[in-house]
Amino acid sequence: MGVVNFAHGELVMVGAYTVWFLHAQHNTPFLITVVLAIILVMMIGLLMERFLFRPNRDDPLGGLICSIGVLFILQVIATLVGGEGPSKQVPPPFAGTLILFDTLRIPYQRLFGIIVSIAALLVLWFFLTKTKLGWSLRAVAQDREAAALQGININRTSMIAIGVGAALAGLAGALMAPITNINPHMGHNVIITAFIVTIVGGVGSLSGAVMAAILYALFHTFVTAYFSGTIATISGLLIMVLVLIVKPTGIMGKAVSE
Amino acid sequence: MKNMLAKIIGIAALLAAVAVLPHFLKFYQQDFLIFLIINILVVVSYRLVTLTGEWSLIHAVMMGVGAYTSAMISKFYDISFWVSMPLAGVGAGLIAALLCFPLFRMTQFYFLIGSFAAGEAIRLCWIHFIRPFGGTGGISAIPSPELGSIDFLDPIPYHYLVMVVVTICLFILYRVEKSRIGLTLHAVHWKAPLAESVGVNTWRYRSLAFIIGSFFVGIAGALKVHYLGIVSPNQFGIGFMVFILIWVIVGGYKTFYGAILGAIVLSILDESLRELEELRPALYGAILIAAILYLPNGLESIPSKMREKFATPKEA
Repeated sequence: MGVVNFAHGELVMVGAYTVWFLHAQHNTPFLITVVLAIILVMMIGLLMERFLFRPNRDDPLGGLICSIGVLFILQVIATLVGGEGPSKQVPPPFAGTLILFDTLRIPYQRLFGIIVSIAALLVLWFFLTKTKLGWSLRAVAQDREAAALQGININRTSMIAIGVGAALAGLAGALMAPITNINPHMGHNVIITAFIVTIVGGVGSLSGAVMAAILYALFHTFVTAYFSGTIATISGLLIMVLVLIVKPTGIMGKAVSE
Repeated sequence: MKNMLAKIIGIAALLAAVAVLPHFLKFYQQDFLIFLIINILVVVSYRLVTLTGEWSLIHAVMMGVGAYTSAMISKFYDISFWVSMPLAGVGAGLIAALLCFPLFRMTQFYFLIGSFAAGEAIRLCWIHFIRPFGGTGGISAIPSPELGSIDFLDPIPYHYLVMVVVTICLFILYRVEKSRIGLTLHAVHWKAPLAESVGVNTWRYRSLAFIIGSFFVGIAGALKVHYLGIVSPNQFGIGFMVFILIWVIVGGYKTFYGAILGAIVLSILDESLRELEELRPALYGAILIAAILYLPNGLESIPSKMREKFATPKEA
């Protein structure tokens, strides 16, 4: 959509906080909190689109800077809700570990995360490539004016794009909650990873992003295991700069004519 | 000519006011003033980089490069501050010159992300390599400047030191902007293809602005850490970068004084809201959003807006 949302990591954080607050603190069933997290984060995304990104549509920098403002506000709200101090933990609602062939062990919690993520990705892929809405969404991303001339409602399409993006961020946060440490600044790492994956995969390319995400996750895990987490992030960032230099459209992106 | 004279008198009066100000302030307010003056140099040097139309997210890290350079030279090699401070600028300028090759192959959004990534990579290096950078804790016990019997640990002498250095730097930056180079930078921003067609090497001018801006922010970094006595990676993170961005945007980046105004107004506002500790970032965020939505040309545009408002009814 030509909008860079710097607060995307914070949307993930809000999703995780919702689960922590409702599930770990107030004993709401896990699956209900996941749905609530998606709805809450989607609302935030829609509000951002309506009041921040829409007035700044001709000025991508303005939208970006507004999203930095939102980032600060969300972090403060998270601090107020959760308080300072150590990171929060959410007890995994699906206990136990799946053991395959003695050596491969997957905790059920992670298995659940993997399955739901894959399902969400398939739905997203289907939505973007097979439905009329998805087509119009991609049309707007490619050329806003031409899309408007074809009778596509730009405002409505943008709302849908941000809504879907934010809802997925909420889902990601909710799924991540039981397996990571939750703190107001967790969005920082999320956004770095998201940038690396999007740029390396190619902006606007779902298959590229998925491929880059898998490769980056493998790369990051191995480098962390053999060297350290910091080195892994440094080399990830360097790879991203390298991709930007050599092929700015990413490994799967198509060249955009000016 | 008369206008010029008025300008010179105005600036002289302002400098005199800043010179006597610390004598009337409490200790922590003197500290605050020193950092404010340093931050003015930071925003003005950042504005030089943005003149070409590229918004970089690496400026805070470049300040850190200067700070680390000066701290390491003066601490490990026993070289005096008066040599290490200019070397801090040179160090930041050199790193900037190296980064030009990858970074300025990109423009717009890609440049923004690329500069962020490069900066973050440098910052993570400071955290990771405990030798010689000291890891997360950074380097402490950085020697303070020495000159005769003056004690630069006291805020007032340091205030004068910072004031003199920053005034000189601002003067140079002002001259750069008004020079042929500065005019070319404007041309590169607003009419890049046209500038190219008359033989301007846009890549070279973008790099030049980036290197000059980094040089001066490196000096600002040295000034800061020699006063604090400690340098650490977290001083120059994305948080500080965002503050620079906010100051420049809220103040207005189109004129020289707009950015300065933004830094002063927001820093004083920030200081007076000290009781709200936790809420401060949220307030900053709200100000930022409000500024983008309602005051896209920054604080500097208020006088001309007021004039318009009061002038129109008369015509009607």
